[in-house]
Amino acid sequence: MQMTGAEVMVKCLIEQKVTTVFGYPGGAILPFYDALREATVRHVLTAHEQGAAHAADGYARAGGGVGVCVATSGPGATNLVTGLANAFLDSVPVVAITGQVATGMVGRDSFQEVDITGITMPITKHNFLVKKPEHLARVMRLAFQLAKTGRPGPVLVDVPRDVQTAAIDYVPDKLADLEKELPDKERVAAAVKAINSSRRPVMLVGGGVISADAEYDAMHLCEKLRIPVVSTLMGLGAISAYRSLFLGMTGLHGHERANNAVKEADLILAVGSRFNDRVTGEHRSYSTNKTVIHLDIDPAELDKNVYSNIGISGNMNMTLQMLEKGSIKQNLDEWWKLIGSWPSMDEDFGGEAAPAFFRALNPVIKDKDYIIVTDVGQHQMWAAQHLKIQFAHQWISSGGLGSMGFGLPAAMGAQMARPKSRIISISGDGGFKMTGSELFTIASNNLPVTAIVFNNKGLGMIRQLQTVQFDRRFTACELSGYVDFVKYGEAFGVNGEHVDTPEGLAAAVEKAMELNAPYIIEVACDPKNMVQPMVAPGLGISDFVKFNDR
Amino acid sequence: MELQIISIVVRNQPGVLMRVAGMFSRRGFNIDSLAVGTTQNLAFSRMTVTMQADEGTIKQVCKQLGKLVEVEAVKVLPPRSATRSMVMVKVHAGDNRLELLRLGDVFRAHAVDVTGDSLIFVVTGDAGKLKAFVDVMKPYGILEMVQTGLVALERGNTALDVKKSRYAWPEDSAGTSAI
Repeated sequence: MQMTGAEVMVKCLIEQKVTTVFGYPGGAILPFYDALREATVRHVLTAHEQGAAHAADGYARAGGGVGVCVATSGPGATNLVTGLANAFLDSVPVVAITGQVATGMVGRDSFQEVDITGITMPITKHNFLVKKPEHLARVMRLAFQLAKTGRPGPVLVDVPRDVQTAAIDYVPDKLADLEKELPDKERVAAAVKAINSSRRPVMLVGGGVISADAEYDAMHLCEKLRIPVVSTLMGLGAISAYRSLFLGMTGLHGHERANNAVKEADLILAVGSRFNDRVTGEHRSYSTNKTVIHLDIDPAELDKNVYSNIGISGNMNMTLQMLEKGSIKQNLDEWWKLIGSWPSMDEDFGGEAAPAFFRALNPVIKDKDYIIVTDVGQHQMWAAQHLKIQFAHQWISSGGLGSMGFGLPAAMGAQMARPKSRIISISGDGGFKMTGSELFTIASNNLPVTAIVFNNKGLGMIRQLQTVQFDRRFTACELSGYVDFVKYGEAFGVNGEHVDTPEGLAAAVEKAMELNAPYIIEVACDPKNMVQPMVAPGLGISDFVKFNDR
Repeated sequence: MELQIISIVVRNQPGVLMRVAGMFSRRGFNIDSLAVGTTQNLAFSRMTVTMQADEGTIKQVCKQLGKLVEVEAVKVLPPRSATRSMVMVKVHAGDNRLELLRLGDVFRAHAVDVTGDSLIFVVTGDAGKLKAFVDVMKPYGILEMVQTGLVALERGNTALDVKKSRYAWPEDSAGTSAI
C-alpha cells in the first residue's frame, strides 16, 4: 500500500503496540505530526523536549514497554540529550524520533540543523539517520528491536523531512524478539560450587534483575539458601524491603548493615549490577578476600569495574534457576549472628530529622499499588534508604546519570504507563525548579500524580558535599529567594498544601491518594540535615563519615 | 603491555568509523594505528587497530567493540600474523639523487616521483623497517611524509568468522549478510 513516510512511521509505532508518545512539534517533524493526527496513538504534548524524554523513560521503567519520545530537528533534538543519556546509563528501552532537515539540506548548517546522530552516538545504544525512504520501515522496526533486546537502551531515529513526505510502499511486518543467549553451563556449575562452599555469602541485586523480569527467580534463590540480600539504588524493589533477608541498600549512601555485609562477605553474588563507583566506593579493595560471582546480560560488564572470579552473561532468569537447582542450603547461623550485630536499616541514620518524613509514608504505601518516582539529591537518598519498596517497577529513580529534573516528568510518564496505579513523585526544591513546568502537562491531562517537594531552600546534597569535602565553605548551594510551590501549582490549576511534620505529610499523601487529580505537597525541611550513612569519598564501602562535629 | 593487533569487521555504513573510534576515545583506550578498507564483500569493511595493552584491557576493548551493533566480528590477531604498513617519503634530492636511489634499493623502496630536486619513495614492511628507512632519509632532508596504519591477516587458511548479523538491517534487502 502506498503512503507517506510519516504515515509509515505511525504504522510502525502501531505494529509495536505503542499507545502513547511524548513529544513537542517543530518544522522538520510536522509531516509526522500530521500523520499522527488521526492515529490511535496518543500524543502527549510536554512543556519541554527534556520532559518528553524523561517521560518516555519513566513510562518504560514503570513497565509500559518501550517509551517513545518525539522532537523536531535542531534545538528539539538537543533538548532530548539529557533524557537519552539518562536512559542510556540506566539501560532503559526508549525510542526517540527526531525530525531532520531535508536530505538535500543536510550538511549545509541549515536552519535548525544539528548532527543529532553524531551528538547522541555515545549516549544511545544505536542511532540511525534515515536517508532513503525505502529504509524507513525497516529502521523503525530495528530501532524497537535494539531498544528492548539484550541490554536495553535508547535508540534514536533521525528522519529528514523529505523522507517523511516521500511516497513509499508499506507492507506490515514485525521483527520477532531475539533469543537471549544461554549461560555457560560450566561457569554456572563453578558458581554453584562456590555458593555451596561459602560461609558468608551476600547476594547483591541491581537494576538488571528488574529489567530481566528476574525478581522472582532471584527471590527463590535467596529464600532457598537464606542468603542475605543487599540492593543497589537501581535494584530496589527486586526484593521486598519487608523480607527478613533484606539488609538494605548498599553503596555510598548504603545502609551500614548492608555495606558491612558486603565488606565482610566471603562471596558476593552480584546479579544485574555493573558495580558502579557509587556502589563499590574504592573499587580496587572492593573484592579483596572474596569470591565474586557476576551475572549480567552484558558480557562487557564482567571484569569492567570489579574483577569477577566467575562471570556469567546471558539469560538471567535461566542462570538464577540453574543456581537455585544446584545449590544447597548451608548453615549460615554465625554469619547471620554477625550481621545482626550491626545497626539495622531502621537505626543507622544518625538521628537526622528528615528521614522521619519518609518513614511516615511507609504505612501509607504498604501493600498499595503506588509507584515512587524520585528526583536527584538528598531526598532521593532518604527515599531509597527509608521507603520500604515492595515490588519491581515500584521504584523509579535516576541512578547512573543522576539527572536533576528527572522526577516530575518521569512520574508523568509512569502514570501514563500505569493508569490504575498512583504515582508519588518526590523532589527537592532544586530539581523541581528545573522541570516543574511539566505540571502544565500533568494538569492539562489531569494525571493524578502527587508531587511532594522537599523544600530546604537549597541544594542539600551540594551543601552536604561542601560540608564533607570542602570544610563547610558553602557556595552556590543556597536558593535564598523563596518559592511557594503550592502557589506555583495553583498557577497550573493544581491544588496542594504545605506540611511541616511527618504526620502531616502522611495525612496529606493519604488524602491525595483518594483524589482523582494532581496534587502538590510542599514539605518544609531543615537545610542542615545530612544523608547518613555516608561513605567517605575515595574510601572503602564500610568507611563511613562521622558527622559528630557538626 | 605489548602491541596488540585487533581485526574488526564492520558493516560498511556511514558513521561506523566514528562509532568505533569514539568507543576507543571515550573509554580512554589509545590507538597506535588504524587502517580501514573494504573487503571482498562490499557490505563489510575491515579495520585493523594496533594498540599497547595488557590482557585485561584488550579483553575489555574486544567486548566493548562487540557491543557496537554494526561490528560483526572482532579478533585479536596472533603476534606472528602477516603484517604490513606503508610509508611515502618525499626527500630533498639535490646532488645526492643516485646515492638516494641506491639507498632506496636496499629497502626495496620504489621511487614513484622524480623531479629536479626531489624524490618520492614508497616503502612497505613492518614498523621497524619503515622507521629504519625514515631514519636513513632524514639527513638528506625529508620534505614531507605520510604513513598508513598497519594491516594484518592471520597466517594459515583460517578466516575471521563473520556470522550472519542478529539484526535485520535495512540495507540487506534479502535479509542476508554473510560475508
